[in-house]
Amino acid sequence: MSVGVPEIRDGASIRRRGRNLGERAFVALSLLAIAIPLLILVGLVAHTLSDALGRIDWDFIVGYPSRRASAAGILPALVGSLWLIGLTALIALPLGVGAAVWLEEYGGRSRLAGFIEVNIANLAGVPSIIYGLLGLGLFVRFLGLDRSVLAGALTLSLLVMPIVIMATREALRTVPGHLREAAAALGATRWQVIRQVVLPMSLPGILTGSILSISRAIGETAPLIVVGALTYMTFLPQDPGDPFTALPIQIYNWVSRPQEAFLVNAAAGIMVLLVTMLTLNSAAILLRNRLQRRIRR
Amino acid sequence: MTLATSAPSAAPATEPRPKLMTHGLEAWFGDNRVLKGVDMPIPAHRVTAIIGPSGCGKSTFIRCLNRMHEMVPGARMAGRVELDGQDVYGPDIDPVLLRRRVGMVFQKPNPFPTMSIRDNVLAGMKLSRRKLGKSEAEGVVESALRGAALWDEVKDQLKKPGMDLSGGQQQRLCIARSIAVEPDVLLMDEPCSALDPIATARIEDLLHELKARYTIAIVTHNMQQAARVSDQTAFFLSGELVELAETNTIFTSPGDRRTEDYITGKFG
Repeated sequence: MSVGVPEIRDGASIRRRGRNLGERAFVALSLLAIAIPLLILVGLVAHTLSDALGRIDWDFIVGYPSRRASAAGILPALVGSLWLIGLTALIALPLGVGAAVWLEEYGGRSRLAGFIEVNIANLAGVPSIIYGLLGLGLFVRFLGLDRSVLAGALTLSLLVMPIVIMATREALRTVPGHLREAAAALGATRWQVIRQVVLPMSLPGILTGSILSISRAIGETAPLIVVGALTYMTFLPQDPGDPFTALPIQIYNWVSRPQEAFLVNAAAGIMVLLVTMLTLNSAAILLRNRLQRRIRR
Repeated sequence: MTLATSAPSAAPATEPRPKLMTHGLEAWFGDNRVLKGVDMPIPAHRVTAIIGPSGCGKSTFIRCLNRMHEMVPGARMAGRVELDGQDVYGPDIDPVLLRRRVGMVFQKPNPFPTMSIRDNVLAGMKLSRRKLGKSEAEGVVESALRGAALWDEVKDQLKKPGMDLSGGQQQRLCIARSIAVEPDVLLMDEPCSALDPIATARIEDLLHELKARYTIAIVTHNMQQAARVSDQTAFFLSGELVELAETNTIFTSPGDRRTEDYITGKFG
């Protein structure tokens, strides 16, 4: 085998060539794609905030609705929304996580699992007002729950369950097979493997799905109107059987009034809704980040 | 079968019953037959090394011993595996309980990422049985970590995540985790192949101590390692047990031509 003397190349072969226009253009496009929606959002929030600032005070937050815009408050809607979110989380998260664990860990490739999977994927695409009609027929009328917080929460639970299930399945899939094997080799039953190894590792992902679903539920209006949320409430719901209203319902109600002053109320209501949602989400995100730090990869 | 060449020089008549014994063990992945009828004893309190080229079925063989093989989708087996004379594939056998008596250490160190060093050691105990008292748990942690020659390095940092340890320490942590549940048998699937020579040497030293308490089967593709750590060596080729003999015999005067070719590096 003859080995030629390696030729000495000139420095041009490693010198910077051109300006890489393609990449620059792509970066610029990507930036634009972030900037446009962000600017629109900031504009919207700023506009609403400027309307709302003069209106939001303690009396507004702890006040009850009134025919006079300046006396109206948002407390029943805020409390109603918190009730709804709490109950929805209590119902949808355990059921959704449970369903995902079954589908991912037990259902395997069975026909039943396939059938359920297709249905869940379809449910995720159903318009929310249809869920409202289902809630009205099933929970309000058939189960006789009446127009209660519970009926509303059950309806919202149906609505967000596909999100919880799909996010949880994704999270469960990220747990490496060798860790399941390690646990099984120690003499763990299937449930023990899931409980001790798989769930703790996928908890951050499950929480992400929960955050998304709760954010979705807190802003939903249409299904609640169909289920029969009140628009004028002078008392607070005391238990899950009580009638209720919610922030988006109250906002919708105020927006549809002709008087200018009620539009300002609506803007203030929107700010309350945003702050509530951001508070809940930040709490969940903080929790998730803490859990994530515990897991070393 | 080709066992004829090798009827373990320690004659079965004078030896006590082997800890583990396989009869006509066959295994498949889908249509691929990876074990073709293996009859092999694994005697108690000895280190049995299993060597052979990649794909010869040596890992599958030990995974059949604690019924891990059947967890792979599409995997099947046939034949018998006896633990102290009892068929571990019998209808009344719970594979979960079997695995508490036949532990396993894997190729890649795999401590549980959500758990501290201490919790990793106790993982098997927590998974399986009764609640441990605090002092009892501390005792288990210390004796398991001492057993895995890791105690002195980690005794002041038991609360740290297991994943913060070096690769070799992680593998010893996995050994500690396995012996904490007090198995009879430890199966090791190339436990040193992801480790550097120093970490490997520590684990090899450890094996000599562990065999007093456990029966050990170790898969390795490092022949020097097999020669250093084991009492008897099995040579697998294409899903068959070609030769099983005292390690000295295998490496000095193998009975089968194929063993000799493999050991002298003619293939593999």
